[in-house]
Formats: sequence, structure tokens, C-alpha cells
Amino acid sequence: MLLIDCPHCGPRDETEFSCGGEAHIARPLAENSITDAEFAEYLFWRDNPKGVFLERWCHDAGCRKWFNAARDTVSHAFLEIYPMGSLPKSDAGKAAYAGSWRRKTASEAAAKPSSVKGGKA
Amino acid sequence: MAESPDRGARRLPGGKPKYSIFSLLRNARSYHQDWQRAWRSPEPKKSYDAIIIGGGGHGLATAYYLAAVHRMTNIAVVEKGWLGGGNTGRNTTIIRSNYMWDESAAIYDHALKLWEGLTQDLNFNLMFSQRGVLTIAHSWHELREMSRRVHAIRLNGIDSDVLNPDQIKKLVPMINIDPSIRYPVMGGFLQRRGGTARHDAVAWGYARAADDLGVDIIQNCEVTGLRRKGNRIEGVETTKGFIKSPKVGCVVAGHCSVLGAMADVRLPIASRPLQALVSEPIKPELDTVIMSNAVHMYISQSDKGEMVLGAGVDKYNSYAQRGSFPVPEHMIAAAVEIFPILSRLRMLRHWGGIVDTCPDASPIISKTDVKGLYFNCGWGTGGFKATPGSGHVFADLIANDQPNKIAAPYALDRFQTGLLIDEHGAAGVAH
Ligand SMILES: Cc1cc2nc3c(=O)[nH]c(=O)nc-3n(C[C@H](O)[C@H](O)[C@H](O)COP(=O)(O)OP(=O)(O)OC[C@H]3O[C@@H](n4cnc5c(N)ncnc54)[C@H](O)[C@@H]3O)c2cc1C
Ligand SMILES: [Zn+2]
Repeated sequence: MLLIDCPHCGPRDETEFSCGGEAHIARPLAENSITDAEFAEYLFWRDNPKGVFLERWCHDAGCRKWFNAARDTVSHAFLEIYPMGSLPKSDAGKAAYAGSWRRKTASEAAAKPSSVKGGKA
Repeated sequence: MAESPDRGARRLPGGKPKYSIFSLLRNARSYHQDWQRAWRSPEPKKSYDAIIIGGGGHGLATAYYLAAVHRMTNIAVVEKGWLGGGNTGRNTTIIRSNYMWDESAAIYDHALKLWEGLTQDLNFNLMFSQRGVLTIAHSWHELREMSRRVHAIRLNGIDSDVLNPDQIKKLVPMINIDPSIRYPVMGGFLQRRGGTARHDAVAWGYARAADDLGVDIIQNCEVTGLRRKGNRIEGVETTKGFIKSPKVGCVVAGHCSVLGAMADVRLPIASRPLQALVSEPIKPELDTVIMSNAVHMYISQSDKGEMVLGAGVDKYNSYAQRGSFPVPEHMIAAAVEIFPILSRLRMLRHWGGIVDTCPDASPIISKTDVKGLYFNCGWGTGGFKATPGSGHVFADLIANDQPNKIAAPYALDRFQTGLLIDEHGAAGVAH
């Protein structure tokens, strides 16, 4: 059983939480101009590393708030817990973020506001 | 279909002596000291016509059918640990083909038909037992949904019968059909051709038959890299050096994303622990398999007498081959109420395997953007039953570089076209 340190409630049993999977998947804004294959990267392709993984958790049976975590998928150790909307600060977390293939995908590029031509997506 | 080897012959097609009552008697006279080796342990050659990564049931079956059906005998299976040490040797061995969608019916029933003659084909006792698989329903909604599914399944020519609680009680005397329990047994459906098989025997049987045809089975050899030249696969880097091959099939279940990353192949897979446990052995009490999708519970009794129980999949990604206790605890709480005799059993062993879950709960049998590199994965919590069918159609894909009719819908591009085979909603997860 994991003891998860909710940033709002402190350490609580894993049964109070649900895991939301890979963090930092941005929805393409330019969805009409990207291909089906690129949209599939956003919708279905998932990072699934053996090692440090950046993922989202929700404290369902507590404060019901979401947060991000860097967790090792072999030891299960939580290396860093950080707020939604921000990037990891630990070395392990930063390396996992920069090292993910998702950073190089067209779907992520199409999620930047600058990707939308003529304003509206 | 696989060409059936000559079942009357004294030797396997490659020359190995067959197992039989006579070989048993002969070996008894030498105090069982001279049994043939089931397979060799060769050092890898420099190159092969095809390499299969992963010595689980699916990988070994693929190698066997490549050799037996497609006459590709200069091939190797590369396994990082021991044969069947992955999910093949960790699963609860439920076999059935009562899936809802046509694509699923085609592949799982193809597998079931192969299972029916496999002990003879491989000359290895797989202890395949068609004891029936009963799926129980606990709510009106589940019951209605179940009858709809049964009709769909029957339209595909797959046997399925709806049972009411009294009929279930007759089939399974140890079940509690009291309507006041947390998960009341309101009905169920039975596939009589379903059942179980001995998991290790499946890996060993395929390994022995493949080795007989000349396939090199290389254990304790981890693939650490996939070497490409431009858009083509060149071979695999391993802990025993580089091995060249124009065709590489990855059949590594929970590790498919790790292998994919070695060649920049992206997959929609999440690797999760799935847990099971067995009790101390008791006298024969349960002669069918029972599953509940609502509880995520499945139970059968092994020939040794142990009650074999499996739980639902854990909720977060892991490669640790161990799960979290609350998951089996939830399952056991319900199981003890449905089968009160379980409360007095001690559990002997408990373990986990890392399963490759796919968004539509259907497998991936596919070419990739890298020419000569093929993936067979995504079987998640329920691929044991498919072992022969999966190996058979994957061998076909590798040999012909083209999927056959059964494999075609399972290509990776379904995640772009949207032609998913959504068994999550249809067959209701579990096994
Ligand atoms: C607890 C549990 C219960 C289950 N119950 C059922 C059930 O009742 N019915 C059912 O149909 N299915 C069930 N399943 C699912 C089923 O076990 C799997 O879908 C199936 O066995 C997968 O077979 P495989 O040969 O593809 O994988 P595996 O048997 O896992 O084989 C993959 C092999 O690849 C090897 N490998 C990995 N990485 C490398 C590398 N880099 N180099 C070389 N080798 C590598 C591994 O060591 C492993 O031996 C269950 C699974 C679990 C864990
Ligand atoms: Zn909280």
C-alpha cells in the first residue's frame, strides 16, 4: 500500500486516491489542421516508461483536488509532488519531462497558441 | 489452420522421440535418468531469418507456427529470463471465446479451436480442460446487458447459455444465491467449451515442438536495443551480442513500450500489475470456472486442489511484478460472501504480473513504421486464452509481411482510423 502525500491533506492511504495517468498531455488547438495520426498521438499514444513517470493523481476520497507526481514505476517511490499547471522541479522530474518523446510530437506543437493560424482553432 | 503433424508417428516431425505411455514405461526402467532434453540451449548464431523477442506462450507459439506452417526454421526466440516466466506462468489460465465483437470472436474462437487439438499436435499434455466458464451477473442492468451479449455471441456461432440462479446453484453447489448479499448472483452465462489449461505446459510444449523443428531458443538473453538502418530493422542488440535479422517480432507483453522506445515505435499501452493468489489444496469442490466482471473476481480449482483466484488490474502503471494489497482485498471480500467456504481457506501464494493494457481492451498484432519490425502486444489481462491463435496469425503476418483476415483489424492504425474493437464495454474486461 502506498502512502501518498497529498499537497493539501498530507500523507494518506493509496485507497483514497485515483491515478489519472500520464501528465502534461496538451490538447492540440490546431485540431483541424493536423492529421489523424497526429491527433492519435494526443488521444491514444501514451508514455509508459520503466523508471520515472510523470502522472496525475486525484485525492478522490479527500480534498478531491488533482496534482502531479513524478513516480518511479519500478520502486513505486514518489520522487516529487507538484501542482497542476506546473512543471517538475526535481532533477529526476525535469529529466523525465525533457526526455519524453511527447515533447517532439506534432500534436504537442499543435497545442501551442502560436500553432493556430488566423486566431481560432 | 496449422497443418496437423502425423499423430500416429513415433517421432515428432523433426525427429525427437514422442512422449507416450511406452516412453514412460521405458524410462521407468532406467529410473527416469535418461529422459530426452525437451529443448537445446544453443548459443545465438550471428544471424537468423527471423527473431522473436519474448519466450512467453505467444512468442513460442509464433516461433512454432513459423517453423511448422511457414517452414521458416532458421529462427530464434530470445528470452531475457526463463521460458514462461512472464505472464504466461503467472496467469489464472481461463480460456473462453465468448467475446462480443465479430473481430474478437474470430480470433478468440480461432484460438479455442486450436486448443482443442493442441495436446496432440504438440505431443505435450497441456491439461486442457473444457470445464466451462460461467460469468455471473449481479444487477438487473448486468443481466439485461448479458442477454444482449449472449445473442451477439451466438450469432457468431459460439456456444453460450444463460442460466438462472437455481441452475447456477446446481452447477456450483458452493455458491451462495441469497439475494441479500452485497453482490447477489442474479444469473449468468456459460460457455461450455471454455475452461483452463496448464500454463507452464503451454510454454514448454511449444518450446519443445519448435526446438524439434530447429528453432533456437535462447534464454537468459535480454534484448537491449533494436538496430535499424533507416527505416528497416537490422537486428537486435542483446546481452549476448548483436544478432542480425531482417524480421523481428516483439512479443514481450508488459515490456512492449520499453521495446518500442528502442525503435521509436509508439504504442497506446499502459503497463499495470494484475494479481492472483492460490489457496491451500482441498478436495475437488469446483469443476467449472466462475468469473464476475462487477467484482473483478474469477475463481477455479486447479487439479492439485488449490482454489485459484484472480483480481482486477491495479490502478497505476508499474513494472514491479507486484501489486497493491487493497486490490485483492476488495476481490476477496466479495468472493467470501459469494463462496462462504473460502473464508476458512488459507492462501498460500500471491503474485503479480505486468500486463499490457490497451485503450480498447483488444490486442495489437501489427506491422510498424519500421520495415521488418512487428509487434504482438496489448493482450492485457486476458491473452492466455488466445495463445495458439495469436501465435498462429502473428507467424502468418511475419512470414508474409501481410496480416491475414483474422489479424488485419488488430493493426496499430485503428487508433488513427477510429476503428477500435471496444471490448471494454462489450465483453466487460476481466478475462
Ligand atoms: C495474474 C494474471 C492473471 C491472468 N489471467 C488470465 C486468464 O485467466 N486468462 C487469460 O486469457 N489471460 C490471463 N492473463 C493474461 C495473460 O497471462 C497474458 O495476456 C499472456 O500470458 C501474455 O503472453 P505473452 O507470451 O505475450 O507474454 P509473457 O508470458 O509475459 O512473455 C513475455 C516475455 O518477454 C520477455 N521479455 C521482456 N522484455 C524482454 C527483453 N528486453 N528481451 C528479451 N525478453 C524480454 C519476458 O521475460 C517474458 O518472458 C493473466 C495475467 C496475469 C498477470
Ligand atoms: Zn487531499
